[in-house]
Amino acid sequence: RGLLTRLNTPICIVCYLAAIVWFMGLAFEPFTLRTDMSENAMGSTMVLLRGASAVPRQGVRSSQKTGAVSTWLVKAMQSRGLEVFTQSFSRKLPFPDENKERYMVRGTNVYGILRAPRAPRTEALVISAPCSPGDSNNQAVGLLLALAQYFRNQVYWAKDIIFLVNEHDLMGTQAWLEAYHHTNITGMEYSPLQGRGGSIQAALSLELSSDVITSLDLILDGLNGQLPNLDLANLFYAFCQKLGVLCTIQGKLQRNDWDTAEGYTHAAQTMMLMVLKQACGRSWGDHGLFLRYHIEAASVRGINSFRHYKTDAATIGRLLEGMVRKLNNLLERLHQSYFFYLLPSLSRFVSIGCYMPAFGLLVVILLLRALDLWVHLGAPALAAVEGVTEAQQPSGPAVLTVLTPVVISHLTGVALYLLPVHLQEMAVEHFPVSETEAVVLTAVAIYTTGLALPHNTQRLLSGEGTEQGWKVLKLTALLYLAVLLGCTALINFSLGFVLAVTLVPITASMTPHMPKALSALVMVLLSPAFTILYCVFIYQELIEAPVSVSEGWMLFLSVISQGILDHALYGSLVYPLLALFIYPCWLMFWNILFWS
Amino acid sequence: MAAPLTLLLIVAVTIRAVLFRSSWAELISERVEVVSPLNAWKRVVEGLALLDLGVSPYSGDVFHETPFMIYLFHFVVDYAEIVFMIADGITAVALYLSIQTYNKNVFRKQKYALESDRYPADCLELLRSPKEMFYIPLKVAMFYLLNPFTILSCVAKSTCGLNNAIIALFILCTLKGSALLSGILLALATYQSIYPLTLFAPALLFFLQRLYIPVNLRRSSFWFFTLQYAFIYVGSLVVITGLSFFLLGSWDFIPSVYGFIFSVPDLTPNIGLFWYFFAEMFEHFRLFFICVFQINVFFYTIPLSIKLKEHPVFLIFMQIAIISIFKSYPTVGDVALYMAFLPAWSHLYRFLRNIFLVSCVLLACSALFPVLWHLWIYAGSANSNFYYAITLLFNFGQILLVSDYFYAYLRREHHLTHGLYLKKKDGTEATLVLK
Repeated sequence: RGLLTRLNTPICIVCYLAAIVWFMGLAFEPFTLRTDMSENAMGSTMVLLRGASAVPRQGVRSSQKTGAVSTWLVKAMQSRGLEVFTQSFSRKLPFPDENKERYMVRGTNVYGILRAPRAPRTEALVISAPCSPGDSNNQAVGLLLALAQYFRNQVYWAKDIIFLVNEHDLMGTQAWLEAYHHTNITGMEYSPLQGRGGSIQAALSLELSSDVITSLDLILDGLNGQLPNLDLANLFYAFCQKLGVLCTIQGKLQRNDWDTAEGYTHAAQTMMLMVLKQACGRSWGDHGLFLRYHIEAASVRGINSFRHYKTDAATIGRLLEGMVRKLNNLLERLHQSYFFYLLPSLSRFVSIGCYMPAFGLLVVILLLRALDLWVHLGAPALAAVEGVTEAQQPSGPAVLTVLTPVVISHLTGVALYLLPVHLQEMAVEHFPVSETEAVVLTAVAIYTTGLALPHNTQRLLSGEGTEQGWKVLKLTALLYLAVLLGCTALINFSLGFVLAVTLVPITASMTPHMPKALSALVMVLLSPAFTILYCVFIYQELIEAPVSVSEGWMLFLSVISQGILDHALYGSLVYPLLALFIYPCWLMFWNILFWS
Repeated sequence: MAAPLTLLLIVAVTIRAVLFRSSWAELISERVEVVSPLNAWKRVVEGLALLDLGVSPYSGDVFHETPFMIYLFHFVVDYAEIVFMIADGITAVALYLSIQTYNKNVFRKQKYALESDRYPADCLELLRSPKEMFYIPLKVAMFYLLNPFTILSCVAKSTCGLNNAIIALFILCTLKGSALLSGILLALATYQSIYPLTLFAPALLFFLQRLYIPVNLRRSSFWFFTLQYAFIYVGSLVVITGLSFFLLGSWDFIPSVYGFIFSVPDLTPNIGLFWYFFAEMFEHFRLFFICVFQINVFFYTIPLSIKLKEHPVFLIFMQIAIISIFKSYPTVGDVALYMAFLPAWSHLYRFLRNIFLVSCVLLACSALFPVLWHLWIYAGSANSNFYYAITLLFNFGQILLVSDYFYAYLRREHHLTHGLYLKKKDGTEATLVLK
């Protein structure tokens, strides 16, 4: 313990550097594991692929012009021998979504069920394709219908297969899933489902944005950073290899030259993209909402990257057929392989045991600092006991001085969480802004006001802060942050890690005795809001679409509005986590800096 | 001192009332950490419904409360929330008064010892001043009422709160010196959940000490009082059980309550050590391991009673803690009861070795329970092993906490007799080892 106290700062710095190095090392191929199919039922069975062709996409296109997609779809599905049902839903967004230009949403989901001829109908698989008016996902709907026609004539289905065409992408999926499982967590209005299959085992979502497909991208990141079982990714990869289809993850092809610098950078970029996408906690495809219901799901997105090599629809059909047939063979839910992983490429993965140490090293810093403070707090107390119990006296006021900033910080957090959406009407009345801007700007305003608020009120309430006061406060805040980050990292590793990387250095080193202006600047630059800003820039850099500062700022604002919308519509937890916990925790450290 | 206590009670009741009215109440009452099959409110309601239909509440495998409990709620089911709040209030006040009494006794003893010069000269700093002892009863009440564990337990309407009230009243009566009431309440507590049986030893030791009867097996006065107290205890236990029989007209409740506690048929995960083991175990070893696990609770009574026979109140604390760690269906309400005693031992602070580690572990575990539960049950990405790992860690923290206090208590007593700065024979500074 003595050693830990004496060498505290160097150990902390070493830990931080080690964490970063460890994390970057994860992308290095020798440190990763090969993905292997772990599920027996999907491993060695032979699947003979014949494939569906003749994609009837003309109908979709023509009926879209007349605006009667759902009626046409019902007919088309019925003519292919499915049990067809429709479901209508409506939802008023808390404020207009400017990215997708929607406010009052009304839509219809069409789904057809192919009943399993070979088994009791207790289990089901879902193939879904989003289709909205004006959307260019016709290819996928056409392929879906072709698959339905082909599947109808086969006899080996042991699970019901549900073909779902959902309108308004995620909102349609959300309405359908909630109706299927008889829940309503987000206040969406929808009509009940008329027909249903068994419990859904797995789902695939299909997005083909153009007529020409050169490669297929697999999307795994779901709501709140949840990932499907790794076997689903393995399955996709195995079939891509078999059929000779170019497959990517995060839009990045795989490279074989891991021992060169470019190869490593490529893998690191792929992994960073995954981390950033996962950290933002939104669902990156329709599959993301399935994961919440314990259904393994992934999205397959066709990409036209103007390569020479092209994949025709029949090949994609064969690929899907193969995947569905393997899933059809499942005897139990996918559970053999990993649920916590990062993918530097499709054939390599990093498991939880490998990446957790990187995060652990960061949290250890917080604990070490807390231990250090504890020892410092304890030492004078012990000395004071000898002259009759002076140590006991300050404990009363100390609790109060700690409690005040904690309560005030959290009240600010609650304000940040509640006010933006509730105050939008007032803001629109008084300022020349649209509703969406009003919400985002209110959030930014409250965030900034929070910086001025806590230490002023604290000074007003309890006068001069004592030396012991801030140490107790810092101890509390450090432990609080450590527990908070730990819990976050368990649910969403990437979010926890990104927050830890930016928050740990300032929180570990913050004392009231540092030069105020400089450290205040550093603190603000490493605050949660700026973390989001950096993530926006890094993300744009990684997808090779760099943005200027002003564009970046606009993107930042839209990310905030999307975050709030995701929370309201789908129950994403990132916004409440940041507003109610991380931000108040950061404010506590801000408070320490200005401890008088 | 009545004013702060009243204020504290008002604050505590307000918090609970607000939570009862919020949407959280339902969520909390579903948490496995807060309610166990033994004391879940849902099951009480089920039992009441069966009783109203004229069916024995113990038919089926849902209801495991004692007959007294169901008849109590038969009359006050509409005021259940108030009953639970009152129970918490009673517990807090009882603890407050008992610790006040205990502190008075301790101070008086210390004064006598000081006057007769029994303490070594360098131990004066270990003595306790009335000033620091003044707020301890209030702190104890505060630790109980404002402990998040207690609040959760109360909002979930876990009947654990009522059991805690009975145990707290038992402690109060014991410390006030009423052998009759103490015996009756101990019987009632035993009747409720069996495990408080182990509190018989500390209560007996306390009365013996109070009446200046030495613990000597050859003395007739010792046997006389022991038999007297045991008679009160066993007598009231028999009476209570008999009454239950007449209330229900059948012995159904014996297997359904006590059999359920001992044989652990319900393996719903909780914060205890039982569920995972018995879910994993081969069926034919079950009986053996049940014996091993259950003996844990009772076994420590004997060595602890011998070691702490001069300090029965501390022994009560140790016993309650051991019960809450090793019982078959523990909930956070049980943990809250022994944690309320911690301020009473605040003078041991300087001898505690692991308090920082322990508080970190307990804090982290409390936060991780719901997270891992979510990952296991809802997200499906983690599994029971993750949850059990946290359970193990939580219990490890508790055991460390209790043993740390035990060591600190013994060490202080040792210093009080042998002086604070111990020297080895060769003059170097000595360290104490717990043996």
